[in-house]
This record gives sequence, C-alpha cells and structure tokens, in this order.
Amino acid sequence: MSSAAATSRRRQGLTLQQKEARDAYLCLMPFLLGFVIFTAGPILLSLYLSFTRYNIVKPAVFIGLGNYRKMFASDPLFWLSLGVTVKYTVLAVPAQVVTGYVLALLLNRKLIGLSIWRSMLYLPAVVPAMATAYLFFWLLQTDLGIVNQTLRSVGVRGPAWFGDPDWVLVAFVIMSLWGVGSSLVLYLAALQGVPTSLYDAAKVDGANVWHELRHITLPMTSPVIFFTFVTGLIGTFQIFTSAFLTTDGGPANSSLFYVLYLYRNGWLFVKMGYAAAMAWFMCLLLLVLTFFSLRIGQRVVFYEGVEAN
Amino acid sequence: MTESGKMVALWRGMVGERERRYRQIRRLVREVVFYLVLASLTAVFLVPLVWMVSASFKPEGYVWQYPPALIAERIQWWNYTDAWAKFPFWRGLRNTMTITMGVMVGRLLTTSLTAFAFARLRFPGRRVLFMLVLSTMMIPYHVTLIPQFIIFRNLGWLNSFRPLIIPEYFGVAAFYVFLLRQFFMTIPREYDDAARIDGCGTFGIFWKIMLPMSAPALGTVAIFTFMGNWNDFLAPFIYLNDQAKYTLAIAIRMWQRYAGGAPGSGSLYKQPDWCQIMAMCTVLTIPPALVFFFAQRYFIQGIVISGIKG
Repeated sequence: MSSAAATSRRRQGLTLQQKEARDAYLCLMPFLLGFVIFTAGPILLSLYLSFTRYNIVKPAVFIGLGNYRKMFASDPLFWLSLGVTVKYTVLAVPAQVVTGYVLALLLNRKLIGLSIWRSMLYLPAVVPAMATAYLFFWLLQTDLGIVNQTLRSVGVRGPAWFGDPDWVLVAFVIMSLWGVGSSLVLYLAALQGVPTSLYDAAKVDGANVWHELRHITLPMTSPVIFFTFVTGLIGTFQIFTSAFLTTDGGPANSSLFYVLYLYRNGWLFVKMGYAAAMAWFMCLLLLVLTFFSLRIGQRVVFYEGVEAN
Repeated sequence: MTESGKMVALWRGMVGERERRYRQIRRLVREVVFYLVLASLTAVFLVPLVWMVSASFKPEGYVWQYPPALIAERIQWWNYTDAWAKFPFWRGLRNTMTITMGVMVGRLLTTSLTAFAFARLRFPGRRVLFMLVLSTMMIPYHVTLIPQFIIFRNLGWLNSFRPLIIPEYFGVAAFYVFLLRQFFMTIPREYDDAARIDGCGTFGIFWKIMLPMSAPALGTVAIFTFMGNWNDFLAPFIYLNDQAKYTLAIAIRMWQRYAGGAPGSGSLYKQPDWCQIMAMCTVLTIPPALVFFFAQRYFIQGIVISGIKG
C-alpha cells in the first residue's frame, strides 16, 4: 500500500476500520434504540412492577415480594394453571414431534407428486388460529360433532371433548396436531440431507429398515428433532388464542392455561403487578427448561463433524 | 448339453421368470398399500378444511347431518353476504391491510439493515450485540407485553395502530434479523469487494448489492409478516377497543360473541348461526391459503433457513 494513500486517509481523520465501525453503528442504530425502548426497558419495568401493586389508574405501590408470596403460597389458581399448562405441554410436544416425523418419513422416498403431498399436509398450518379454533370446537361437539357421529357409527361413544375436564386437553392436543405441517417440512428437508452413501454402506452390512432408522436416520436428523422439540416446548407453553376463543378456561378451570390466567389478572382484574410477576416466573421457567434441554441435548444429539474437531 | 440338462435349464428359467413376476407383483402391492396409507392420512388432514368450506354453504339445519353431504341439497351462498353485512368487516379488512403494510415496510427496512451489519461489517462489540439479538428471540412475548402496554398507554397510543406498527421501525423482530443474516452470509464477499473498488460505500453495497441479491429471503420475510399480522390476535385485541379500529380477526370475534348487539345495549343476544361462522372462517383462511399456493417456495425455504442453519 502506498504511503500517499495512507496519508490521504489519515487526513480524512478516520481509518478504513473506523469508518466501517461507524457505518456499522449507523446500521444498528434503529435496532439498538428499539432494544432499549421496546425490550430491555420493558423487561426492567416489568421486573419492578412485579414487586408492586398496580392497577394502572393509581400509581404503583411497592409491596416487596408480596406478589410472589401470594403466587406461591395462597393462589390455588396459579398452581392449577401451571399444572394444566405443564400437562398440556407434556402431552402435546411429543405428539407433535412424533406425528411430524412419521409423516416426513412417509414422504422421504421416491414418490409420485412429492410437492403435492407436502402442500396438502402443510395447508392446515396456514389456516389462521382463529378459524382452526372455531372449526375444531364444532368438529368436536359432544352429540352432533362430526367426530363423535363417526365414532357412533362404528359403535364407540365419543367423549365430550371440550366439555369434559378429562378430555379437554386431549382436544387441544388434537387441534395442535392439525398444524404440524411446518415441522414436517423441516424434518423432510433434514431427511433429504442425509447422505445416501450411509444407507448404501448399511445395506452392504445387511441392515434392515429398522436398523437404518435407528442407527442412521434418527442420529443424522437429531439436531432438527431437538430444535423443533425446544421451540415446540416454548411455543406450546404459551398457548392462549385457541383456548381464549373456545373454552375460555372451562370446564371447571380444566383448561385454564398459564397465559390465559395471566391475561385475566392483567386485563380483567387489572392487577398488573401480579401479572408481571407471573410473566417473570414464566420467563425464568422457560429459561431453565431451555437450559436443561440444551444440556440433555448435548448428550443425545449427534452433531456431524463434532468428533472430528 | 444332454437332453436332461436342457430340461433342467428350461425349468430353472421358468422358475426364475415366476420368481421375478412374483417379486414384481409384491412390489406393486406394496406401492399400492403405501399410497393408500398416505392418501388416507392426507385425507384426515384435509377433512376439517373441506368440512369448513362445505358447511359455509349449507343452511343451518343441514350441518349436523350424518353422514355429512359435501354439498347440501340447497346451496346457501348468502351465508357469506348475510354475515358480511352484519358487522363493519370491510373496515376490519382495511385495518388489517393498513397494519400489515405499515409493519412490512418497517420490518423489511430495519431488520435487513441490522442483519447486514452483523453479516458484513466488522466493529467492536459485534459478538456481544449479536448475543443481544439472539436473546431477544428467546424472551417470551408476554414478559414485555405488560410493560409495553403501560408505556403505550402513557404515550396515549391505546386504541390506535401505533403500538402495533411503530416498534417494527426499530428492528424488534429479532427472528427476522437472524434469518436475513443467515442468508446474507451465503452471498460471496467478492461482490462487496468489487463494488468497493468501483467506489461504492457501505450503504451503497447494502442497497445496490445485498438487497437485490436477497430477494428470495426478503420475500420470505414479507410473506411471514403477512401471515403473522393476518393471524395476530392477542396484541390487536389488547390495543384496539373501538369497532372502527378492529382488525378482521378481532371483528370476527366480536361479531361471533356479541352478534345481537354489544352486551348491555339492550338488544337481544343471539349467536350468529353456525354456517355463517364457518363462512367467515373460510373468508379468513382464503388470503393465507392463496399466498401459500403462489409462494410455496418462499415458505419452505424460510422454514428451512430458520430451522436448519439455526
């Protein structure tokens, strides 16, 4: 590099590197402002609110750990909603993963009209949550719903689904399985990325279909399975719209999901402080869950090329 | 070859032929069974959708018939017009489109700018700031919902579109920052170098090279944004409380819930009939379904970029 160029640069006052950094910060300006105003600020504010009694109209009153004490010690509905949500998550997430994966395995072969099958299975996932909620609420009606009428025609008495505390969560799981298309697409892409040479080698060694699934397909696609598992966990825990539009927590609070109860506290009872405490507890809980899944994932998931390093 | 040797060879040939045929038939049967299983599974997925559309054209009494008819004896297309006339749905549609457009412009501009800085520029604190992006992605929406509501209330923004649109001009959609950064990283740096030699500045590279070359990824962001806003329920439900401001989804909810007039208004409360609800659900489903059919490639690509490379 010529010294003339260097002096001219120095005369401008900024080196190339400094210029690049300046441009970068200019690019990041909106994001950084947004982070402070709409993310970091609100999070801190919500932490503060969780230690107060606040009904929006009157200024917040600091009550220390009062909200948390009430939450853990004297609010049976808090524990109930947490239990309902955990139960639902435990039922729904594995069901979603298995359904999506099995469908993806079916599509992962020489197939006439692959993209058509894929589109048809994906289509329900683009149906708005509201339409899905109303649709399933009526498909699963006790007496006249098409599902129970079909069951009756083969001699089975269907449950009351959304009307029965023992079945309401199952009904929500079925509803969520209908939108399994997006994870199906993800699995399919991963399955198609498994090198065929591995299967050829396995054939030479006399492996059958089961061996191939157990020792090649599952390990090679485990990162994607794990990814959908963790995101599914976080998303499922925050179920709101479909419950709010159908059962609204009923019958007898058997579908009072955590966020539904949080919404009630914040916007129906206008106990913003208590709702903020609930939100913070959920955030911590999900953080811990994610952390533990990542720890377990490190042992279970096979990342290609990790051993090589 | 002896006579008996010929016979043996002939016999073997016939067995081989039979064996081959047998295998062919077995493979054919297996294929047929496979396609039958796949078709019935697909049918299970499509039946609810077909039922929804079919019910939307039926007179009320026919919905519960069993076995259900695909098309009832009487096609009642006016389920649609009747329902549409009972609530300011045009207004709702216009509001949804206004919000979506507002969000789309802001989100495309600021997330791509942010992603560009992380994908291409070197600056102190880059790793730490990128961790900020990732952690923003992890924070549950409901944690910021309450304080944001309070902030917007103090600003006097309630019952307006501002709480739904303005944050998007500050790159708050961290997921899309991440998605676009992943995509920008796949564009060869040689293009930037060539442009720099031709005297192009940082922003020129962003505007004239990165953006045009990222059309597919930007398309994915635009489509996901459309879908997200079209389906969004909680935020518009919390922020908008005037009939004239409702989005289409909120309008449908309010109509379904309070069809006979708002509670306490004195008029008789009557739920809209079931076929009309299905008609409005069909209306709500048509735009996303159309977008999906015409832009499938972007969808699948978007899901794959965000899932696999992450």
